[in-house]
Parts: sequence; structure tokens; C-alpha cells
Amino acid sequence: MKIGRREFLSFVIGGAAGTALSPLPWKLMDDSSIWTQMWPWTPVPENGEASYVNSVCTLCPGRCGITVRKIDDRAVKIEGMKKYPVNDGGLCLLGLSGLQLLYGPTRIKGPLKRSGKRGQGDWERISWKEAISEIVEKLGELREKGRPQSVGAISGSDRGTVPRLLERLLTAYGSPNFFRMASVRDSYELTLDIMQGVQALPGFDFENADFILSFGSDILEGWGSPVQMMRVNSAWKSAGVKVIQIEPRLSNTAAKSDKWIPINPGTEAALAMGLAHVIIKELLYDNGFISADTSRFDDWKQLVIDEYSPDSVAAVTGIDAGTIVVLARRFANASKPMAICGRGDGTHPVSLTECMAVHALNALTGNINKKGGIFAVSDPDYIHWPEIEMDSTAAVGMQHDRLDGAGSRKYPHSRYLLNRLPESILSKALYPLEALFIADANPLYTLTDTQDTGKAFEKIPLVVSFSSFMDETARHADLILPNHVYLERYEDVPMPFGMLQQAVGLARPVVEPQLDTRHVGDVIIETAKGLGGSVATSFPWKTYYLCLKETLGEKWQAMVVNGFWSGSKSIDQALKTSFDTASGKFEFVDPNTGLKPQFKPVQIKGDERQFPLLLMPYDSIRLAHGYIGDPPFMVKTVEDIVLKHNDVFVEVNPKTARAAGLNDGQRALLGTPLGTAKVRVRLFEGIMPGIVALPRGLGHTAYDDYLAGKGINVNTLIGPVEDPDSGMNAAWGIRAKLSKI
Amino acid sequence: MKNNLNHRFGMVIDLDKCTGCGSCMVACMAENNVPFRKDESDKLLSITWMRVFRLNNGKPFPETDICYLPRPCMQCAGLHEGHSPCVSVCPATATDYGMETGIVSQIYTRCFGCRYCMASCPYHSRYFNWWDPIWPDGMEKYLSPNVSPRMRGVVEKCSFCYHRYQLAKDKAFMDGGRELKENEYQTACTQACPANAITFGDLNNPDHAVHRMVKPDLEHGGRPQNPHAFRLLERLGTNPKVYYLSSRKWIRHAGDNYLKNEAKMKKPVHHG
Repeated sequence: MKIGRREFLSFVIGGAAGTALSPLPWKLMDDSSIWTQMWPWTPVPENGEASYVNSVCTLCPGRCGITVRKIDDRAVKIEGMKKYPVNDGGLCLLGLSGLQLLYGPTRIKGPLKRSGKRGQGDWERISWKEAISEIVEKLGELREKGRPQSVGAISGSDRGTVPRLLERLLTAYGSPNFFRMASVRDSYELTLDIMQGVQALPGFDFENADFILSFGSDILEGWGSPVQMMRVNSAWKSAGVKVIQIEPRLSNTAAKSDKWIPINPGTEAALAMGLAHVIIKELLYDNGFISADTSRFDDWKQLVIDEYSPDSVAAVTGIDAGTIVVLARRFANASKPMAICGRGDGTHPVSLTECMAVHALNALTGNINKKGGIFAVSDPDYIHWPEIEMDSTAAVGMQHDRLDGAGSRKYPHSRYLLNRLPESILSKALYPLEALFIADANPLYTLTDTQDTGKAFEKIPLVVSFSSFMDETARHADLILPNHVYLERYEDVPMPFGMLQQAVGLARPVVEPQLDTRHVGDVIIETAKGLGGSVATSFPWKTYYLCLKETLGEKWQAMVVNGFWSGSKSIDQALKTSFDTASGKFEFVDPNTGLKPQFKPVQIKGDERQFPLLLMPYDSIRLAHGYIGDPPFMVKTVEDIVLKHNDVFVEVNPKTARAAGLNDGQRALLGTPLGTAKVRVRLFEGIMPGIVALPRGLGHTAYDDYLAGKGINVNTLIGPVEDPDSGMNAAWGIRAKLSKI
Repeated sequence: MKNNLNHRFGMVIDLDKCTGCGSCMVACMAENNVPFRKDESDKLLSITWMRVFRLNNGKPFPETDICYLPRPCMQCAGLHEGHSPCVSVCPATATDYGMETGIVSQIYTRCFGCRYCMASCPYHSRYFNWWDPIWPDGMEKYLSPNVSPRMRGVVEKCSFCYHRYQLAKDKAFMDGGRELKENEYQTACTQACPANAITFGDLNNPDHAVHRMVKPDLEHGGRPQNPHAFRLLERLGTNPKVYYLSSRKWIRHAGDNYLKNEAKMKKPVHHG
């Protein structure tokens, strides 16, 4: 048979048509899809006995009680603990994602020693014995040379036994350089110190307040303890409590408030003073409280009357005078009004005068230390350890000034000024920092001006991280001594910032340690023992567990059973100790320095002509931006108008965008005096013209592929601005420009 | 239409209280072994049984307002019980209507991925597994045995945490076959919500909070009698079991579609 062109084509086409008409291709496609579905990589979770363990979440400063569901020895779900004073059953999305951190790929599997260049990611696994002897050797050497002060430690918190052990190690060793990560808590502590003479935290009686005036505090974005604040907000909704939110951007808090008043950024203190003006002028203040319980009111009054008339405040804040007058009257006429401050979620302090100005409003309405007002709450006094034994080296070391200048003549009241540390290291003004320990903190990501911080870290010969995760700081460390994740360890957890109740929760192991990690408390104790002498004798405990149990004493049993221990100290007692100033009264003016609540504009960086816009970071509860980054579940909740693939959007008012010739979704270059970054533009009517808003919490360079490389870290574009009265970082933004690419 | 279900499990979400935090989304993902990928910013592909939408009143600065709206599966009953948009199109009976509970099921092993149900769902509550789920090394440890992980090629959606109903029923059965109490069966999102914005219960039971909150007219497609309550796309007649509460009119208005020339929208009655 001859096969010509025609035959060949008929055969091929006929064959193709025949096959297509037969069930064969469909059957094959069906089979292959079924077959590939049968591949064994879709896991079948093993069943087992279910149980529950109560603990406390320490992923953020919110400190919620959690109940973890287990199947045999696996933790399968984290839920909020019912009846826990902070959250009573609710839990935020970070807390709910905790198991992705416990079992996640970013965990550090055991002690590591850097083998390549810093930050390169070359590590050598070492044993715990080697790791600790390495530290002991270095510390011993520095001590021998008489430079114990050149060792520092950065801790996420300074409350509870673990941070206190770290601080104790430094003290016994001879260094005053213990640093705590900054937050609005610093501003409040200082304000309470000056105005009320107490070393205490503010406790807000939100449950009984009936009018909330928030100077930019995003109570629904994480200010205070996030879950507690959301619960409180819902209670306010049911009870008809009015919330007035003052900030330049329509945050979730502003959207949920009864009234959102946009304000020129950074001028909140001016508004507080303007309100005080109206309240004083119209005699709306609590005369009984002012005359009996306050001091130097007249000094301050003069300043308020002279300089903060509604018209002049209107010019500064951009809020019209009529609104200011009405707001002042509403505030003063409410029966339990409360004014609070701290921008965004309160991760950064505000200037001292601003916090004082807002707090003075509470004093004007006499709403301090009474139901529905603000209380000064001291930490529950449960840590009673033997006196630290100081040898002569330690005593000499402790006499050095702190590297950050806290407690110095310039900033006598400030306790920690971590924002000043990088500059202090780089300027070499005092003495070098030769070893730095970092626990529960990720300063290379979270401190503003990441570049400067990085340069300063380069100058430190030994950086030791206790992080459980390969975060930015751990990646640039020389030694990593990974701590257990919170679900694997014991720890006492005092109530978070803002809570009235004096209580301490107990974090306890939900599962066995999954990797070759060690409790940071144990590492501290072992290090102290390794150093020997008086340092060792200051740590009489064998293990952290025994130390904790002994410290808690009788409370231990209650904490094991209930998950927390609650103090009996009543609010009346708090009242008695609350005005501990020299006059025994509330001070409107600092008697030592003459500092008054007032508006002092923060001199943010950048030249207005070169940078016509203002860049403000904003907080979202869906973007964790503390020492823990977003786990995969949380990244999933980030909206596509915030993050699209790896591009972050900046929010800009359409008017501002139009002026710059930019459209919605367009790529642009965002420049500040510190650097530039590629962003995309999102038009948002809920933001004042002239402002560019960028979310905190993105732009990680470390962590896993689910988080790293997405968006930009706003801290690379913003630098600290020192508050002249406290030394704290009072920057609320930076000048910026937005241009087409 | 007759109300002939034993239970009519439903949800009421108070949008005045909802803060848009997204905890419900994560609680759901953690409870139901929902997978995740490296880039989840394409929301059409991102599997979220519970998704929080963001509404905008469209007004210029400073009259702008935003509101968050969590969207689980609406567990539609349809014009007559069981006539949910998805159930009525499924060629494989992979999704079915529970005559005991009113919950719309999804049986992964029956589903062959035709995605008719996705096309028919007016709420975009259904998601397709375009890829096999991959948990990074070690993370499989947290998977719950109560919910089977899905394979590539099937559709999945919110089940009102049906496994929790089953566990609660088992427990009640062991306790001598008693009735379930209101708090014994709660969805993961309800339990987690930090703002207490979500309430879950039996709409048929006048003692349950959900019933008291919306006062559903069960003889007329479950229409809410509380003037602040509304359902999404009410006019489609899907008879959803998820109700929303809002004191703001523009939000209630945003719950449905209107024609441009539809001059008169129904005026909501105001109670304070």
C-alpha cells in the first residue's frame, strides 16, 4: 500500500478525531487527576487523646491567658483562657497563630556560633556547654580587665523573674547597662513620677469611664492589651460610652469611634492644652480636687490662659475653634471622662510634655485615683531575692553612667533610653559596649533608623541573642543561645500595661521542648555560676524552675491551679500611695525643673522644601511589629490593598496623589532624609492631605519565605528624634516625598 | 415556607463591635487545618473560610467611614429548605444540606472539582484547592485530627465547625442522650472573637441569644425583625443563616445591590 501525503493526513486527522471522540482522553485525565490526588503528601493527622493545658501567651506585651488543645503530645490549637483577667476567652490573631511559631521553620534548632561574616548566615552548631563557656570566658575576661560596665543587655520587658534575673546578672557583674524596649509606658511612668511622685504604671478604669478622649491611641490596633481593649470597646458600645478619636488617619479605632477628629500630625498636645483652656476659662474643672489635692495649678493656669486660646490652638491643630470648645465642654461635663495618649498601638513613647498635657486633663476633671479614672498601679511586690553581693569590681562598674544617658543629670527621671544607645556607641562619647545580650527583642528590626542601629551593632565585638527564632537581630549575632518558645517554658507574667488588677499569670510548658533549646533563666544562672565569686553567690538557685517556685512561694499553688494569682491590694490602698510628691499633692508643674504640661512641637527630620510630605507609620493588628513577626496565618489576613505580592501600598489622600501625578495602584518612589523605597500608591479618603502612611510590621529580611521580603520596614525610613525633656524617642514621623518612577 | 428543621444553627455578627482585627479568620484557619502559601495576596486564590471584608462609604475626607464585615459561609436554606445555591447545582452530592442542623456540608472525597458550586455561590464563600497543601517541615504537627486536610482539586468552605457539633453531640450522648446546651456548640471564630462581636446558636430556639438578637421571622424565610439586623443579598432569596447588626444605615444599605435608578430603597425603621 502506498502512503502518500493524502493518506498520511487522513490517517493522522482521523486518528486524532477518533481518539477525541472516544472516552479515552477524558478517562485518562480523570484517572490522572484522581491518581495525583491520592499521593500521600496530603497528611492524615493522627488521632489521640484530647487534653487542655492553661498557660499565658507572651508573644506581645498584651499577655493573654491561653488554653491549648492537645492531641496526645501534640499541641493542635490555641484558644483564649476563660476567666483570665486580661482576655476572658477571647484571643487575638497572633496568639491564635502561636503553633506556627512553635512548630515553624524559623526556629533555631540549637546553640549556634557564627562561622562566617556577621549577618551572612553561616553557623556552626555547638553544644550548650561550649556556648555557655564561651560567654563565661568573654565575660570573665572583660571583668578581669576591669571593664564590667561595657557589657549590656536588651530585654523586651523588665517585669517578671526572667528580665529581673538578667538585670541581676548585670548588676552583680558590674554593669548598669540593662535596657528595656521603649513604649508609651515610658512616657506614662515618667509622667506619674513627676506629677504624682510614684514609680508606677497607669491603670485605666475603662470599665467605669463614660467618655473617652483618645489622643491618637489606637485602642483597637493594639494599644494597651489588645484583647482587653477590644472587650472594653464592645462594653462601651453596649453601654453607650462615647469615644472620641483624634488622629490624622482614619484608623480602625477612628472608624469605630463615635467621632473622628482629624488633627495635624504631632499637634495632639496643643489640642489638650486648648481643651484645658476652655475648661479653665469656663470654670468647668473639678474645683474640689484642684484646690485640695493639686499643687502649682496657678503656675500652669497662667500658661494655659495666655497661650492656648481656641483660636491659636485651631491654627496649630487644624481643628476649628468651635469644635474645640464643644469638645472641651463635653469632656468636662461627662461624669467619668478619661483622656489617654500614645500614638498608634503605643509601641513608641510620646514627648513628656504631651503625656503631661493629656494627663493634666484628667487632673482637671479630678478623675485620678477614683472609679472610672486613672490609677497609679504599682507592680505586685512578689520578687524578694537576697541582696546582690557586690565585689569591688561590680561596685566600680556600677558607678559608671549608663550608655544611654538614662538617669544622668540631663535625663534624671528616665529609666531606659534605648533609642540613644546606637548614637552613644557610634559617637564613642562614653565607653565602648563590648558585649550585648538580647532577650525577647529584635532591635535591628524594631528600632527606628535601622541603618544606624546596624552600624552601632557592628561596633560591638560580641552580640549574643537568646531568640528562639532566626530574626534580624539573631542573624547578626555572634552567638545564639535559643530560648524555649513560650509554649515550652515556665515564666511568671505580670498583668500588662493599663490593667487595674494586680495579678500575675503563669506561663507553663504545654509541650516538651521540641528542639535543643534552653530556658534563658537557666542560661543566666549557669553563666553566673560559671563566673564564680560574688556573681555566683548572688544566684543561689540551682535552676530557673526552682528559682521561680521559690520566688512565688505560697502563690505557686494557686497559679498552678487557676493559671494566675491575683493580689488583694485594694484600690483604696493604691489611692493612699498615689500622690507621693514632696507636696503630697498632684503637681501640675515639675517642682524640680519647672517643666509644665504644654505643646512643644517635635522637630521631625527633613527639610520642608525638599520633602513636602509627611510620612507616618501606622499600626494594624494584622501586622505584628514587635520582636515577633507575622506567622503565615497572619500574613494571610493582610489585605491586598496593603500588600500585593511583595509590594506594600502607601495610603495617600487623592488630592495629594493628584498633586504628585500619581494614580491608585501606581508604583512610586518614597523618599525621606534616611533613604528611599519603592512602594505602590493607594488612594484613601480617610487620610489628611499631605500625609503618606506606611504600615509597620513589613519588610522583614529575616524569618521565613512567608514573611521575608514582603514590603518595606518603615524603620529604615524613619529616625529617632530625642525629646529634650526626657531623652525618649518622640518622633511621630518624618518629612517625605513621593515621586513617579 | 415551613420551618421544619430540628435546629437552625445561625450566626449574628455585630458590626458595631467588630473591629476588623481578623482573629476570626485565623481562629478558623487554625481550627480547620486551612493551608497557606508563600504569597497569599491574590485573594481569589487565598483560602479563607472566614474572610473579613472592608466596606467604605465612598465619601471624601473627612466624611469617610469604613466598616469591616466578616463573611463565613451563609449556610443558605434557599427558597425552600435545602435549596441552597450550591447544593442545588452540585452534580456529585459533595455538598448537601443538613436537615438536622441546617448546615451545608462539604464532602471532600466526593468532590471532583467542577466548581459549579463556586460559580453559584453569591457570597464567594467557596474556595478551590489549586495546589496540594504544603506545611513546612514540622508544622504538620499542629494539624487537628478532627478536620481532614484537603487535597488538590476539591472545593472547601466554612462548615460552622461541624466537627465541634459532632464532638458536643457525642459528649451529650455519653451523658445520657441529653440536649445540647447553647454554649456547648460554638464555632472557633465565635469563641476567639476578642470583641465578642460574633454570637452563635440555634435560630429556632427562642432562648438562644441569636434568636433574641435578630428575631428571625421563621415563617417568612428567616427575615430579621430587628430593624438593625440585615442579611447579605437578602433580595436573592438565599435565606442565609448569618445575620449582621449595624446601627449605621450606609452599612445596612451596603448589604445588598440596588439598581442605579431604584429611587426608593426600603426605609429602615429607627429605634433610637
